[in-house]
Amino acid sequence: MNLTLVGLSHQATPIAVRERAFVPLPQAAELARELAAEGEAVCLSTCNRTELYLVGDQAERRALDALAAISRLSEDELRGVVYRLTDEAAALHLFRVAAGLDSMVPGEGEILGQVRSAFEAGATGPVLDRLFRQALHGGKKVRAETAIAESPASVSSAAAALAQQVFGQLEGCRVMLVGAGHVAELSARSLAARGAQIAFVANRSPERAEALAARFGGTGVPLEGATERLAEIDVLVSSTGAPGRAFGRAEVESALRGRKGRPLFLIDLAVPRDLDAAIHELDGCFLYDIDDLESVVAASLAGRRREAGRAEAIVAEEADRFRDWQASREVVPAIASLRAWAEEIRAAELARARGRLGLSESQHAAVESVTAQIVNKLLHLPTVRLKEAAAGAEGGSYAQALRHLFGLGDDDKR
Amino acid sequence: MVELLFWPALFAYGEAAVAYAGDARRPGTAGRLATWGVRVGWLLQTALLIVQAARADGFPWATWAGSLNLFVWLVVSVYLVWGCRTRYRLLGLAVMPLAAVLLVLARLGGGTGDTGHSNYSTVFLVLHVGLLSLAFAAFTLAAGLSALYLWQERRLKGRRPGGLLGRAPSLLTLETLSGRTIAVAVPALTAGIVAGLVRLRRDGGGVDALMAVTLGTWLVYTAYLVLRWEAGWRGRRAAYLALAGFALVIVARVGLQLTHFS
Repeated sequence: MNLTLVGLSHQATPIAVRERAFVPLPQAAELARELAAEGEAVCLSTCNRTELYLVGDQAERRALDALAAISRLSEDELRGVVYRLTDEAAALHLFRVAAGLDSMVPGEGEILGQVRSAFEAGATGPVLDRLFRQALHGGKKVRAETAIAESPASVSSAAAALAQQVFGQLEGCRVMLVGAGHVAELSARSLAARGAQIAFVANRSPERAEALAARFGGTGVPLEGATERLAEIDVLVSSTGAPGRAFGRAEVESALRGRKGRPLFLIDLAVPRDLDAAIHELDGCFLYDIDDLESVVAASLAGRRREAGRAEAIVAEEADRFRDWQASREVVPAIASLRAWAEEIRAAELARARGRLGLSESQHAAVESVTAQIVNKLLHLPTVRLKEAAAGAEGGSYAQALRHLFGLGDDDKR
Repeated sequence: MVELLFWPALFAYGEAAVAYAGDARRPGTAGRLATWGVRVGWLLQTALLIVQAARADGFPWATWAGSLNLFVWLVVSVYLVWGCRTRYRLLGLAVMPLAAVLLVLARLGGGTGDTGHSNYSTVFLVLHVGLLSLAFAAFTLAAGLSALYLWQERRLKGRRPGGLLGRAPSLLTLETLSGRTIAVAVPALTAGIVAGLVRLRRDGGGVDALMAVTLGTWLVYTAYLVLRWEAGWRGRRAAYLALAGFALVIVARVGLQLTHFS
């Protein structure tokens, strides 16, 4: 088995090079098919990495040529940024990638889907099929058994996660955006992705309010009318950044009276701040500004890094399992050949003896049984030892030695 | 037979308590082990109660220790309805150690063995004790939910959600569940009190301190429901009121031992 990985990633390659090496999924499928003409191939390409996993002869050479062709970089330019890994190291790398341990944000969830897509678009055989299935399994296991992916990793996702902590599922939660800029849109996307309804968009420019509201199926309202809507919403995202407060404590307090105790979650993403900090003191009101959200993200990232140690242990287990499988692929055919060879000799010698000795049916059956037992006993210990060796690194050498000592051909190696 | 059921049940509850503590530190396998501990322990305690009922002459949990045994079972039963979901594991951290400790107390008081003859054999008494125990168990759970609400609300107000994000039930869920649990428990408490009063009227006798505390408990929880529905009392105020009601439940439980079983 000769698994080869050639790739480049955010760890050592600037974005200017990464974007040149990026391969969209349809082209990645095509490239994999081309490269698999002499074996197996998968192309994994995301905004952070482009990696070619190959099995076959001259894999490194072919992968480098392919990368050079995609990125239109010379081999020398590529040499400084690409990494080349083989066998166990390549497998471990993919398992870490699928677990999100090689990502910019540890444990990010998107990469697992990207690995799956690359696998499905790839031209796989027994080795890459096993490798990618195990990588996907390991990635899921890491997310299920550790808290690496539980906490938010960006300000907008932190805001949405905090809203969920107040309301639970956000389906049916009504959101009002105050301000219709890029920041408001990012937050709206994050909340809408979790099921929240963007009910109102308030902005100084009614056209911009209408345009953003239309994108999320909401209603545009003038900035002056936003206060009246406070009683109808659950989450307020404010990001005008204009001088002067958009809402004071008194306005929110009076809106709370019509809410029958239902909490109100307010996110102030503006600098200078739009919302009066005293709103947070009101019972049932939770106000988070940009600093609060950033400290939530920082704490969450620290938590992810702490969990990374546990994730590494799970990934290492998966890598061990893959190595054992690899080793058994070399040893099992050797054992089968040895047993077939011994059985052939036994059967031939028995047939010769039967004619020479004139054995009856019952005598022949007895001799057959005895010789089979002898062969089994002779081969039992070498078989056990070989299987044990398969679990270690020297399984391949043992298999090779066995073939050499007993003259077993390579042609039956599966 | 009861010994064979008691010790494994206690072990399972204890295992659940320890596993919940492990899950709070590091979520994952420990949480699943805790859930299984609750389930297995509850099944074993159910079997224990069935054996006790089959062997008893009259109502089997008529002593303070016996009623404590029944109370633990009811608390775990109510918790099992929804408590084993991943997001409620933090509540299990409060419920299961309490269940294990109370079960040990019930054992020390002789409430987990064969019960023999009981004076509590009329239908009214069985209804009275059974319904009050059910209501008190539900109030215990509601108090746990309210405490969890206050703890979480404090963390969100303090802007230190930390590892809480994604692991604890939301404020609205805790608040709603607490309200629903009390809404189910108050009718049970009312029916239990009515059964007790009917018996009191038939047999004669006056209202003692324990009855006054029980009536006080009823008043607090009824006020909770009325204020919740009519005046929109939610959140922190409602949680404090639920905990105030629970303080009376504790007084009633301790008073039960001192007045009815001494």
